Amino acid sequence: MFDHLLEPFRYDYMLTALWVSALIGAVCGLLSGFVTLKGWSLLGDALSHAVVPGVALAALAGLPFSVGAFTSGLLAAAAMSFVKLKTPVREDAVIGVVFTAFFAFGILLISLYPMQIDLKSIIFGNILAISPEDVVQLVAISAVCLLVIALKWRDLLLFSFDPNQARTLGLPVRLLHLTLLLLLSATTVAALQAVGAVLVVAMLITPGATAYLLTDRFGKLLLIGSALGAVTAFGGAYASYFLDGATGGCIVVLQTLCFLLALVFAPRHGLLAARHARRTTGLAGTLTP
Amino acid sequence: MSPPVSNELPLTLAAQQVSVTYPNGHTALSDATFTLTGGTICALVGVNGSGKSTLFKALMGFVTPTAGRVTIADAPVREAQRKGWVAYVPQSEEVDWTFPVSVEDVVMMGRYGYMNFLRTPRPVDREAVTAAIQRVGLSDLRKRQIGELSGGQKKRVFVARALAQQGRIILLDEPFTGVDVKTEEAIVTLLRELRAEGRLILVSTHNLGSVPEFCDQVVLINRTVLACGPTAEVFTAENLSRAFGGALRHFDLSHSTVEAHDGRQVTVLTDDERPLVLGQGGHLEYRDRAAHQKLVDEREAAKTTARDV
Repeated sequence: MFDHLLEPFRYDYMLTALWVSALIGAVCGLLSGFVTLKGWSLLGDALSHAVVPGVALAALAGLPFSVGAFTSGLLAAAAMSFVKLKTPVREDAVIGVVFTAFFAFGILLISLYPMQIDLKSIIFGNILAISPEDVVQLVAISAVCLLVIALKWRDLLLFSFDPNQARTLGLPVRLLHLTLLLLLSATTVAALQAVGAVLVVAMLITPGATAYLLTDRFGKLLLIGSALGAVTAFGGAYASYFLDGATGGCIVVLQTLCFLLALVFAPRHGLLAARHARRTTGLAGTLTP
Repeated sequence: MSPPVSNELPLTLAAQQVSVTYPNGHTALSDATFTLTGGTICALVGVNGSGKSTLFKALMGFVTPTAGRVTIADAPVREAQRKGWVAYVPQSEEVDWTFPVSVEDVVMMGRYGYMNFLRTPRPVDREAVTAAIQRVGLSDLRKRQIGELSGGQKKRVFVARALAQQGRIILLDEPFTGVDVKTEEAIVTLLRELRAEGRLILVSTHNLGSVPEFCDQVVLINRTVLACGPTAEVFTAENLSRAFGGALRHFDLSHSTVEAHDGRQVTVLTDDERPLVLGQGGHLEYRDRAAHQKLVDEREAAKTTARDV
């Protein structure tokens, strides 16, 4: 029985998939704190879809996928801010128009020009078949993200909470905005291989949303989000071995379970706590004449 | 306690022919000129859409004037910002009260300009934060998440942040909206103390009635600066009707029972909340004459000390 549980660790490809998933899960979880609090959830979704044409073009040109994906993601972000600045169209509509345009263009490219990559692996990811070069890239991206956040999380916090105060103190607000956007794009690219374009957004939102229910302190929220991301990504990849199911699906289902648990049982913001609080205040109400 | 600011020269804030045209072609403000010097509480008064918030943003360096310039101590706003001189108390509607930060966290954000690259709080930062929180009377609530505070407490958190920052110019955006009378009085008392320390307080407000009670100067806005100077000189029926047009309710009581009863002629101007009362010939009436006299005396005393220093 115990042997059976250790079975995944006997295969090199599984070992790689496990630790790479955990790493990317941690980085996405860390960023998810900023994404959820900055209200960038839709933007994260948009970026993850907007990288697809970049991947296709990179495959055609024989360039590394991540270069194409990163460029394409940034182009989409630039296109969004341009349209937003120049038209009175609402931001969510702008994001919707731009990212679906990019995604559609990517699908069209892939269907028109047969290439080695298949659409399925971009959209759903394939961490089990990750190449050593991709592992190196992924580790590099993760290291940079972790370093930047470790050094500048307080500035990014102020920027997220009160950009006007940041500006008043003479902090480089545009640079902070760009930094957060770059981190988000880079992480999206890195996580693409683990869970695919469709589910990246879950990795970038769910851990942060779960942590938000569990704490009222931003620093703790980042740590909880990151830990949740790592544990669920590791657990999901591990479970996918036995279930023989898609890794991305397993990871995100696990993250959703954690969110549901927090939603019900969270000590202060959970449904049960809210019910308890209502009942106590209700009681107090009846006692007061 | 926060170190006294009064031993430094009071700062001068100047707008010189400031015009702001937004990228969509709308000119919100043109040719706005005024000068203020520290040791004052000045109200920035105008209706919505008068360019009041644009001017406010230009003073804080959030928008760059398309013409003219804003200077603080004869230097660009950016330099004053880098020195932490400009502190800002936002409108309650602008703040995300669900954000997972405590009272202490928010007040600490006033100290960022003094901290190192990593923004690690030093003992001096913690002391400044503790002192600021104490001064606004929130010591018991310092660990609370900001959304769990009452309207008045919320406002005081951001005033404490401005204190911790040791801002020498403090800008408050509609500080009395959604605040009970008791908190309003507490904030006004605090602002008077800050004025006595030589700071320049600029309050953006549409609440006319409270202006004469605590502001010694007024800048009246309607697409440009209509008038600026001591409250009693600026707050005339003529100026106010130029600034507010038809936006004010105008109760002329000269034919009312007021005159019949005691021979006094009163005019009440109000947009909401507290009314502004003008006496015969258009001079300002104060709700509490004794308190007003005390204010005038304080102001004179402050001027004398400033001259002596």
